[in-house]
Amino acid sequence: MRHDHLITSKQLSRSDVETVLDRAAEIDADPVAVADRHAGTLLGLLFFEPSTRTKMSFETAMKRLGGDVVDMGAVESSSVTKGETLADTVRVIEGYADALVLRHPKQGSATMASEFVDVPLLNAGDGAGHHPTQTLLDLYTIRKNAGLDDLTIGIMGDLKYGRTVHSLAYALTNFDARQHFISPESLQLPREVVYDLHQAGNGSGVREHESLEDVLPSLDVLYVTRIQRERFPDESEYQKVAGEYQIDLETLERASDDLTVMHPLPRVDEIAPEIDDTEYAAYFEQAHNGVPVRMALLDLFLSANGGGADE
Amino acid sequence: MSEDHQLRVSKIRNGTVIDHVNGGQALNVLAILGIDGSEGEELSVGMNVPSDRLARKDIVKVEGRELSQDEVDVLSLIAPDATINIVREYEVVEKHRVERPDVVEAVLSCPNPGCITTEGEPVTSRFEVLEDGVRCSYCGTIVRESIASMIDT
Ligand SMILES: [Zn+2]
Repeated sequence: MRHDHLITSKQLSRSDVETVLDRAAEIDADPVAVADRHAGTLLGLLFFEPSTRTKMSFETAMKRLGGDVVDMGAVESSSVTKGETLADTVRVIEGYADALVLRHPKQGSATMASEFVDVPLLNAGDGAGHHPTQTLLDLYTIRKNAGLDDLTIGIMGDLKYGRTVHSLAYALTNFDARQHFISPESLQLPREVVYDLHQAGNGSGVREHESLEDVLPSLDVLYVTRIQRERFPDESEYQKVAGEYQIDLETLERASDDLTVMHPLPRVDEIAPEIDDTEYAAYFEQAHNGVPVRMALLDLFLSANGGGADE
Repeated sequence: MSEDHQLRVSKIRNGTVIDHVNGGQALNVLAILGIDGSEGEELSVGMNVPSDRLARKDIVKVEGRELSQDEVDVLSLIAPDATINIVREYEVVEKHRVERPDVVEAVLSCPNPGCITTEGEPVTSRFEVLEDGVRCSYCGTIVRESIASMIDT
């Protein structure tokens, strides 16, 4: 890895991804070995919108490496409400911490913030933009359960606004995966994303569908995302559409026995609880994988040869 | 071009003539170049002049200023057929086409209201130039049409 910052999964080559996943696997196997590796290191947490899960996962990861965190706290109580720019905020917090984690509602915020700081900055979600640490934990989970070679994956739900989906799709172009995108027409992948997937040379591996039925039997992984109520003009329209993209054991009768079902969580009713105890379910494991993967990322970016030179 | 058409826009002694601008884009050309006449520059603008190559073209003449290739390349976004003539003592001494740049900075503003560059941050807009449009380097939004409406004035 020769990157100063982690902004988008698009910046990651196949070998970058493999470096992170390999390191995560080592840490997963023997977490005690790295328990003091970054003693004295401080990670700055800048969450401009609430995300308890991602924040706790980063905090856990830093502490399990022997370091600690400094947290900007809620936006309401910070100087942001006094009209401070993000550029100023990151330049101030940079002085307190050895690396920064940023979540911000505006697209491109992580790119911009990274231009103002010298410490490594990890993007933990920039509006409808990117969420690369989620992508890496997704890839880690896929690799453990289904393997990344010769993969056929179905990604279903809100593909228009779901940044986890976009980030994952970009990253999978490194692995020649066959990607099926399943969504209502109104929530299809943005054309920008389709354009990029074609640019990445994976155009032939990308297929869009309105129904899961036809592709389900061919899938190694089914990645389900939530369709949000606020995307629809009224409740009845939402119920009608969302209902078609929910899965239960009956839906999965036509699936391969080896199918892995994933979800970035939290779920509402996209995946019936009856699936939780089956071999299909990998979504809780996926959430747990956030810690070793973020430990691996922090370790790589905080180590001299990881976060040092530019590409 | 006949003498009659030439007369519509007066000749300049020293400076730059931007010819074969798509009809109606002359004011956008000036906006991109940041020229508004407020600094006393002598300007002539001909709009919707009949042309052999384009049905109607605009011509912009800037007296006393030789525009560099970098300055004019950004014009390719709205006037891809433009030709640049550098004039000295009433003679055209250099003539070249505009070329599409890889990146344009501080010229266009991002139309995506969710983009960080629209938030009053101390950041210069930057767009990568694609084959058939431009793409914001911050939020990734691609714009293919009405690029002229994004010109930062
Ligand atoms: Zn933008």
